Amino acid sequence: MEQALELLSLSPPGWGANLLRGLAASIQIALGAFGFGLIIGFFGAMGKLYGSPWVRDLLEVYTTVVRAVPELVLILILYYVGTDIINNIAAAMGRGPVEISGIAAGIWVLGVVQGAYSTEILRGAIKAVPPGQIEAARAFGMPRGLLARRVTIPAMTAFAIPGLANLWLIATKDTALLAVVGFSELTLETRQAAQSTRAYFTFFLAAGFLYLMVTLLSGVIFGRIEKWARRGQPSHRSAS
Amino acid sequence: MIRAMLIPRRLIMLGFFAAFVIWCAVTLDWSWIPAYAPLALSGLWVTIWLLVVSLVLGFALAVPLGLAQAIGPWYLAAPARAFCTVIRGTPLLLQIWLLYFGLGSLFPQFPWIRESELWPYLRQAWPYAILSLTLSYAGYEGEVMRGAFASVQKGQIEAARAFGMPRFTMFRRIWLPQAIRQALPTLGGETILQLKATPLVATITIVELYAVAARVRQDTFIIYEPLLLLAVGYLLIAGVITLGFRWIEGRGPRM
Repeated sequence: MEQALELLSLSPPGWGANLLRGLAASIQIALGAFGFGLIIGFFGAMGKLYGSPWVRDLLEVYTTVVRAVPELVLILILYYVGTDIINNIAAAMGRGPVEISGIAAGIWVLGVVQGAYSTEILRGAIKAVPPGQIEAARAFGMPRGLLARRVTIPAMTAFAIPGLANLWLIATKDTALLAVVGFSELTLETRQAAQSTRAYFTFFLAAGFLYLMVTLLSGVIFGRIEKWARRGQPSHRSAS
Repeated sequence: MIRAMLIPRRLIMLGFFAAFVIWCAVTLDWSWIPAYAPLALSGLWVTIWLLVVSLVLGFALAVPLGLAQAIGPWYLAAPARAFCTVIRGTPLLLQIWLLYFGLGSLFPQFPWIRESELWPYLRQAWPYAILSLTLSYAGYEGEVMRGAFASVQKGQIEAARAFGMPRFTMFRRIWLPQAIRQALPTLGGETILQLKATPLVATITIVELYAVAARVRQDTFIIYEPLLLLAVGYLLIAGVITLGFRWIEGRGPRM
């Protein structure tokens, strides 16, 4: 036990600082990917609900493929495609190959994956909004952007929060997959620490504890957000 | 389903898709396929084997986990809930590495394990892969089954009890089938998630479908072709799983 605490201490003989640095990188990537995925998801949901048949079919292909192919494979494909595109652009502008930061690449690949899931979640949430509310806004001649900002988004948030909370947890856990491609986030930092000290159990359990704390804390935060988003809606508990 | 594809817009899209496939077949480098085909087939077999074994074992574990959470006394419900929370709250990759590297470094320290009959198996990677995939599936499905058990209508169980059905028969004939029926759509989705989790065991030296593609990339420096083929392979398996679950769902009585 004492030995384990020594290994986990924050100052150099211990590896605690490395783990925390990894955790910070993981959370950064997860936040970025979740946000990027939400942006894709919002436009994807709009396209699926109100877009032309072409747009709808293409989005259907996107969400189906992304949800059926393992994240690990998608991450590799998107990573290579992303670096190839950026290097081609750099070459076209007459520059040499570009060094891409691990965090940016992680946000890009996980964001595209998350986008497919949030498209479906937001689509369902928008469909759950009573259509009369959106029609009323249209009938008053509300412009599209204002309608989205003032009616659709606030009304759908309550329906979207449970799905989005799940998706956020998937985002934090999917950052671990980036370890396979060699980004130094929490899981990879843990593995390196474990391999150099041979104390596998100590470090993997510590990392598991950190992930679990993130999960439990997110649960509390999302619970608060949902309560806030549902304010003004009749509660089923008091009704029944 | 076929008729839905025969409208002009989709025919044009299919045309583009066919053109893309032909372009891929002609311009990309597929010369590595003959050399790696046997390995890929055995990798496919390993993937399916891992999937089926972990599904069966995981589900067998999920039923008591769900039951304990739904109706168990607190000393069974609390550990079951804690297990599901821990499994669902940590990345599978971390669980796999914890079991493989952690247990793998712990076991050799005990002479009685090293001398036991099981030792030749414990030195290989696949028991750890099966164990971690099984526990992961059980953790997620325990939660699903908890909801399914709770949602079976009370009247059904009361009716069985009123007929004097023994408790185990009631569970086997009334409660479990209806709970599974309720959970089927979710289980279909979870099964695809489990399929998508199998490539992670490639990181502990198991040569399944993903590991074969990774090896092609390492050996030949061809990047896109094996990955594309791999993605198509997983799409096909996911399609088969979806069709299978649709078939099973269609067989039972409508709910």
